[in-house]
Amino acid sequence: MTVMSYLGAIGAAQREAMDADERVVIIGEDVEANVYGTTGGSGKSRAAEGDFLQRYGRNRIRNTPISEEVIVGAAAGAAMTGLRPIVDLSYSSFLYMAMDQFVNQVAKNRYMFGGQASMPVVFRSAMFYGLNTGAHHSDRPYPMFMNVPGLKVAVPASPADAKGLLRTAVDSDDPVLTFEACLLWGMKEEVPEEEYRIPFGVGRTVREGDDVTVVAISNAVVEAAAAADKLQAEGISVEVFDPRTLVPLDVEGIFASVRRTGRLVIADPAHRTCGAASEIAAIVAEHAFDSLTRPIVRVTTPDMQIPFSPALEKQMYPNRSSIEAAVRRVLDLPEPDLADSMARTESARLAPR
Amino acid sequence: MSNPPEDATLLEMQRRMLRIRRFDERASKMVKRGQIPGTVHTSIGQEAQVVGSCMALDVHDYMTGNHRSHGHPIGKGAPLGPLMAELVGKATGVCKGKGGSLHLADFAVGSLGESGIVGSSIPIATGAALSAKVLGNGRVALAFFGDGAANQGCLYEAMNMAGIWGLPVVFLCENNQYALSTPAHTVTSGVIADRAAGFGIAGVRVENGQDVLAVHDAVSTAVGRARRGEGPTLVEVVTYRFNEHSEGLRLGVDYRDAEEKKRWLELDPIVLFRAELSRRGVATDDELDALEQEVLAEVDEAVRFTDESPFPDPSVAFEDLYTDTLAGAQR
Repeated sequence: MTVMSYLGAIGAAQREAMDADERVVIIGEDVEANVYGTTGGSGKSRAAEGDFLQRYGRNRIRNTPISEEVIVGAAAGAAMTGLRPIVDLSYSSFLYMAMDQFVNQVAKNRYMFGGQASMPVVFRSAMFYGLNTGAHHSDRPYPMFMNVPGLKVAVPASPADAKGLLRTAVDSDDPVLTFEACLLWGMKEEVPEEEYRIPFGVGRTVREGDDVTVVAISNAVVEAAAAADKLQAEGISVEVFDPRTLVPLDVEGIFASVRRTGRLVIADPAHRTCGAASEIAAIVAEHAFDSLTRPIVRVTTPDMQIPFSPALEKQMYPNRSSIEAAVRRVLDLPEPDLADSMARTESARLAPR
Repeated sequence: MSNPPEDATLLEMQRRMLRIRRFDERASKMVKRGQIPGTVHTSIGQEAQVVGSCMALDVHDYMTGNHRSHGHPIGKGAPLGPLMAELVGKATGVCKGKGGSLHLADFAVGSLGESGIVGSSIPIATGAALSAKVLGNGRVALAFFGDGAANQGCLYEAMNMAGIWGLPVVFLCENNQYALSTPAHTVTSGVIADRAAGFGIAGVRVENGQDVLAVHDAVSTAVGRARRGEGPTLVEVVTYRFNEHSEGLRLGVDYRDAEEKKRWLELDPIVLFRAELSRRGVATDDELDALEQEVLAEVDEAVRFTDESPFPDPSVAFEDLYTDTLAGAQR
């Protein structure tokens, strides 16, 4: 084991994948210069072993023009003909530039050609939400892509998961989109140095508990764990479950937890309408309704664009206070003074008009 | 100039042009009789442009196409039976009945798929060229697109990327002069082939796209350049579609000038090339008649194969989304 940051773990997974298979290439803007920190060694190893450009050369490290449509489409065409590209699209808001390629080519080509194509390609992108980058850089767009059959969607929430899920993504013969929260970039933990893979569709129990299940996504996992730790001091036992991938989704893992606790809170940094939380809530309502003793509560970003000012932005996403308030609500406990405006937003939505 | 094709190749050009013509004539009839669901876009009139391009490629080379889709796989040498079965939606269709006319693909001959979204397959061919370059396997990719697609932004992203990376790709503009009803000159600023210059890549315009040898020569030059590592070429071929945009379409408005149409109908690529084959002494009239009969028999056989094939079991609709069942199986 060694201590790695989230970003370092992604870099390690990319290096392992590049070493393991000559068909793996990295395509993206600014990948030569390692601007985003995942195409170079970290610290001493960079000095000793060189960055990716030095290690693998320009044939496999493809620094691109700012042309998302052809980046995505060319990666798809390359994947259909023998390469296994990892595409770094940097900000996840930039995925929209290539929406036609994602929806009409990447997701459909295997199916509409009757299985003749396989599409072993990974599209990585970073969600810069919570960092005062304004509306064009703060998106959390994974639910849009959950709505496109043919894509797989991963949302790693820890360094160990980031490394293991990315290796699985590169091994997959299907297209995978990974959404990496920048708020997690600096998170550090013990990560196995050896190669390992985390299967898709198998969630992770981050905190064990009996009173309520919190299914949390991306950086909300960190916030839910903090809320659980705080509530534990009061004798409230919160289970925090991270699905790790949204397509495929570990429905059995979610059901198992809900069946034990009887209560479900879902913390999802995406927008409220048709978000990942909506889908998880619907699946639980359809298949595990009898296990629920209280209505499901979603803690999400409201259906609002993201403002720039820290004074405005901070309140928008699920955080430990809003998750704590939601847990108290499903336990019929008095909720704290809702100074936190995220919780206030939630309450406003729920109030009769 | 590339090496002139041998006699056998010339005859094969005529055979493939005839296959496209007879296949599409039959498909057109089948649409009108309700035997093909949906509609089809025929390549009738554009056979020289299609076959001249496809036969400049090797069987291992890649190709992507568009909604006017049947000619490309036929031109690349795909057998007719599974293509016809696909148009009807049979289990033996080349895409198991999941693609239909708009999404024909036959990977066995390098046909990576036709796209119903105008211009959308250009980046795919660019990526196939990227894999050929990275893997060093000597293959070339060709992207077919129309004059309509020439105004899609993805073409210029692709030409730029192919230019900087020296990718072995040919951008083949099938300029049939109309995007459905819209005359190309009314929506296209300048000459399409001239746009190559802006990217520092080769550009060439084949004015007589009804001459299969003229097309073959220009595309062979482009393919040779690509294979030698000298980068991409934009080839614009001027041609004309003889039928309506799609079969069964009745617009009630004549957007094509009658004189213009008459002039182009006289430039039938199959009639022209038959005369050329005779003039060169490549084949006798009897041999060329026999070739026509052989192709008719091939099309009859493709229809018989289609008729005798079952429709797919409904459960097949739920296969082939992913390579594994995990994600597709979730509720």
